[in-house]
Amino acid sequence: MGLLAELTHRCPLQCPYCSNPLALERVAGELPTEVWLDVLAQAAELGVLQLHLSGGEPTVRRDLEEIVAQAAKVGLYSNLITAAVLLTEQRLEALAACGLDHVQISLQDTDPASADRIARYQGGHAKKLAAARSVRALGLALTLNVPIHRQNIANLPEFIDLAENAGAQRLEVAHVQYYGWALKNRQALMPTRDQVLRSADLVARARERLKGILVIDFVVPDYYARRPKPCMGGWGRGIVCITPSGKVLPCHAAQSLPGLVFDNVCDKSLRDIWHGSEAFQKYRGTGWMCEPCRSCEFRERDWGGCRCQAFAFTGEAVLADPACDKSPHHPAFTRTGADEAAAPPPEFVFRSPGAATRQSGTD
Amino acid sequence: MSDTREPAGKKQRVIISAASKPTLPRHMRLWHDKTRGRWTILAPERIFRLDVIAATVLERCDGARTVDAIAQELAASYITPKDRILADIIALLQELADKGVVRA
Repeated sequence: MGLLAELTHRCPLQCPYCSNPLALERVAGELPTEVWLDVLAQAAELGVLQLHLSGGEPTVRRDLEEIVAQAAKVGLYSNLITAAVLLTEQRLEALAACGLDHVQISLQDTDPASADRIARYQGGHAKKLAAARSVRALGLALTLNVPIHRQNIANLPEFIDLAENAGAQRLEVAHVQYYGWALKNRQALMPTRDQVLRSADLVARARERLKGILVIDFVVPDYYARRPKPCMGGWGRGIVCITPSGKVLPCHAAQSLPGLVFDNVCDKSLRDIWHGSEAFQKYRGTGWMCEPCRSCEFRERDWGGCRCQAFAFTGEAVLADPACDKSPHHPAFTRTGADEAAAPPPEFVFRSPGAATRQSGTD
Repeated sequence: MSDTREPAGKKQRVIISAASKPTLPRHMRLWHDKTRGRWTILAPERIFRLDVIAATVLERCDGARTVDAIAQELAASYITPKDRILADIIALLQELADKGVVRA
């Protein structure tokens, strides 16, 4: 079981595929240190094994060291998911001394100018590479995470070389998942089916060549899939997300669904929320399903796919994920991907507070 | 205890033999999951479930003992000829080395 702790929604980068919700939470609402420390103890007690410290950018929190130390104390495996542009060698050393287990750094491209343009942060790429070197110099394990889309997919071979040369333990080649900011920027990001197939082939060959050297994880995009992914491993089955203000979600995008009420760690215990809260019960298991999911032989493998995607595309959260070819919406879904990939990419809507609702031209 | 820090720079595939002295790098944690009553390896974005034999082998991967010595110890506790289990242990550790769980 894993806990995704979004410590803050503040971030120096403005990537147009950010997984945070369009309505970003403000700093004033962020949980204080002592609540996070208590939540981690509760999580370990509940059976959580791994803690993913995420954001926004988790290193903007000055109490990150205390949080990491608490994770080590209660026995949680800690994974820092960072943009790394603020991560100095001294900070890394301090975090390592507190017991940090693993660092994951995101890269936007292999070409520095393109990477800085996508993140909208001048000089960011060079800082990320420097931080990656520091991680390895300290003897910490490193994952490089590369969100893939039409504007950087041509550089996939260079990403793989970069990870190998950086001495990373793991590379996450993650095709952008179209929720939140990425859904807003879908046409600017969507690759063609051919590009996706070629990327899969490249990864398969690199895995064989780099066996025992670099672990490569590959996340495929749904729009050209036949089967949906078991989103979050199934609703309320193995992952719990906590937002900066303490709302407990079955999935980090769950706030995009209508009619769900989320409990807060300030009001209830994590155990009560996990086992009993309405939001966790709503799509847990298979009882909520309708056809074609209800009688499908894969229902306990993909758990009906993603609720957020079902709602975003069909307007009904209980329907099958349109990524599934058994969904009546599947042909339209696939066509949407192909059509947008064939059209010229529009300008990005960069992630920033208020940008999602701002009228174009007033930015 | 051996140095469990991961060396910097480009890496090479580890090949396990009877003479190897396997160890777990710092970011691979052998962990008993009390809630579910089983041994696991906690790894970046992964959890490997271990059977009792694998856990018994990994407990002994301290960077000092050779694979041969580990096989010897297990042979003694399970009253099985060492040669019968040595190949199995090498295969297990090679598989784990290819997943980055073990180095030598």
